[in-house]
Amino acid sequence: MDIFYTIYNETYKIFLLLIPILISVALIVWFDRRVWGFVQRRKGPNVVGPFGLFQTAADALKYIFKEIIIPASSNKIVFILAPIVTMTLALSAWAVIPLSEKIIISDINVGILYIFAISSLGVYGIIMGGWASNSKYPFLGAIRSAAQMVSYEVSIGIIIINVLLCVGSLNLTDIVLAQEKLWFVIPLFPMFVIFFISALAETNRPPFDLPEAEAELVAGYQTEYSGMMYAMFWLGEYANILLLCALGSILFLGGWLSPVDIYPLNVIPGIFWMVFKILLLFFMFAIIKAIVPRYRYDQLMRLGWKVFLPFSLLYVVLTASFLVYFDLLPG
Amino acid sequence: MIAHALFFYFFSIIAIISAIFVIVSRNTVHAVFFLILDFISIACLFIMIGAEFLGMMMLIVYVGAVAVLFLFVVMLMNVTEQKLSWFRGSKRSGHIPTGLIVGSVILLELVVIVGGWQYRDTFSQTEFLKFDSDFTNTHLIGNVLYTEYIHLFQISGIILLLSMIGAIVLTYRKREGVKKQSYIKQISREREDSVKLVDGEFNKGVSIDD
Repeated sequence: MDIFYTIYNETYKIFLLLIPILISVALIVWFDRRVWGFVQRRKGPNVVGPFGLFQTAADALKYIFKEIIIPASSNKIVFILAPIVTMTLALSAWAVIPLSEKIIISDINVGILYIFAISSLGVYGIIMGGWASNSKYPFLGAIRSAAQMVSYEVSIGIIIINVLLCVGSLNLTDIVLAQEKLWFVIPLFPMFVIFFISALAETNRPPFDLPEAEAELVAGYQTEYSGMMYAMFWLGEYANILLLCALGSILFLGGWLSPVDIYPLNVIPGIFWMVFKILLLFFMFAIIKAIVPRYRYDQLMRLGWKVFLPFSLLYVVLTASFLVYFDLLPG
Repeated sequence: MIAHALFFYFFSIIAIISAIFVIVSRNTVHAVFFLILDFISIACLFIMIGAEFLGMMMLIVYVGAVAVLFLFVVMLMNVTEQKLSWFRGSKRSGHIPTGLIVGSVILLELVVIVGGWQYRDTFSQTEFLKFDSDFTNTHLIGNVLYTEYIHLFQISGIILLLSMIGAIVLTYRKREGVKKQSYIKQISREREDSVKLVDGEFNKGVSIDD
């Protein structure tokens, strides 16, 4: 039976991608806390396993054995659905990310739109969690976070248009291959900076972690969650951060391509470069968490709508005019 | 082909059931969630007939933006439970005849469009709508939208801009006593403008006037 073979083949590929992603999420949480510790001249988690590498596994075990408390006045079905939605969406977007020229689950020709659509669905996990908890802090956190994510999605969309103008295709593999001569980080450097900051806001990372500002809102939309459900929110959040790091390296840093096409560098397999670039971007995320103070809410909105949106629109006009004038338009 | 049909029925059954639940469910937030499910399954149907660009746009525009606004309105207006008595059927209401009229007009229009479907050849076989499998449908839509339909495209953009301005004008209220932060003022502040050193006398306070 042909169809069973296809199903077997696809499931095998999906597991081969998902399990490394879940493991790397665990490692990246450890890395994040370690960097945060070193910036503050602490040691960070260093007890469980070599260098504290198994700290996240120990935390996960703790979460699994904790009781899941569902508030009596909550909307139970939506309450349970919210972390599932968050985590499923964060993991399903990885289907179109090319980790190297061959390692990709599905090479669809609207890959970038797919990622954009999935990340714009990500806001529902948060709204559902905040609303279903039926409590003030989660609700305020959810409203804040939804407004923030919708605002910054707009500027991310326009930045993606900038890149697409230079590529002429929505396929992620084509986007990487178009950077063989020149990474887009060089001609589109301002867009890279704005993309990075918008990615911080999109994933609710500090300095834009207002939805879970602990001084004002306890833990935002996660306040009423406990046990494994809280852990699922948290896994989804970090999987999303990794996804945006991967997207940043595909759009601007040349994906799996080596920095220069000379002998010892270009024989290293592409997946190594991809992972290296994702880690580099994540390191910047971690450093920024440690050194930048939190934004006020009106400043966040002003930055998104009055600074990033007009500037990236202007840059679209500039890029398009440049490409038309020098006759460099692709395809 | 069987797999294709199975997927089609799977998505379309979900779409129809969730569309029914949109109007049946008592809780309006649940109704919006069912609407989102409906949008998503319709996007899946679009992808199945090979219109992946339209499907993704459906997800981004309707689910990612429009439905979020719906949810905002429903959650903030506090109308989650339908408390009106006519909604439970215990009282007659003026809304039901209106709904019936609108529904029957929509049904009539559907019948007309099914009847008029035999004339489709005349309007889909114009010269600029050639289907070419060498290009993705993103390229094809772009080619038509920015050449043949550029004026309609721009007019719809202007209509959207106008409606945005209209909404802002309608809801804008000038409030008194709002303190605004001026970034230029803050950044251009010097030490001389803001710090004054005063020698205080013993046992006496210092008055600072501002």
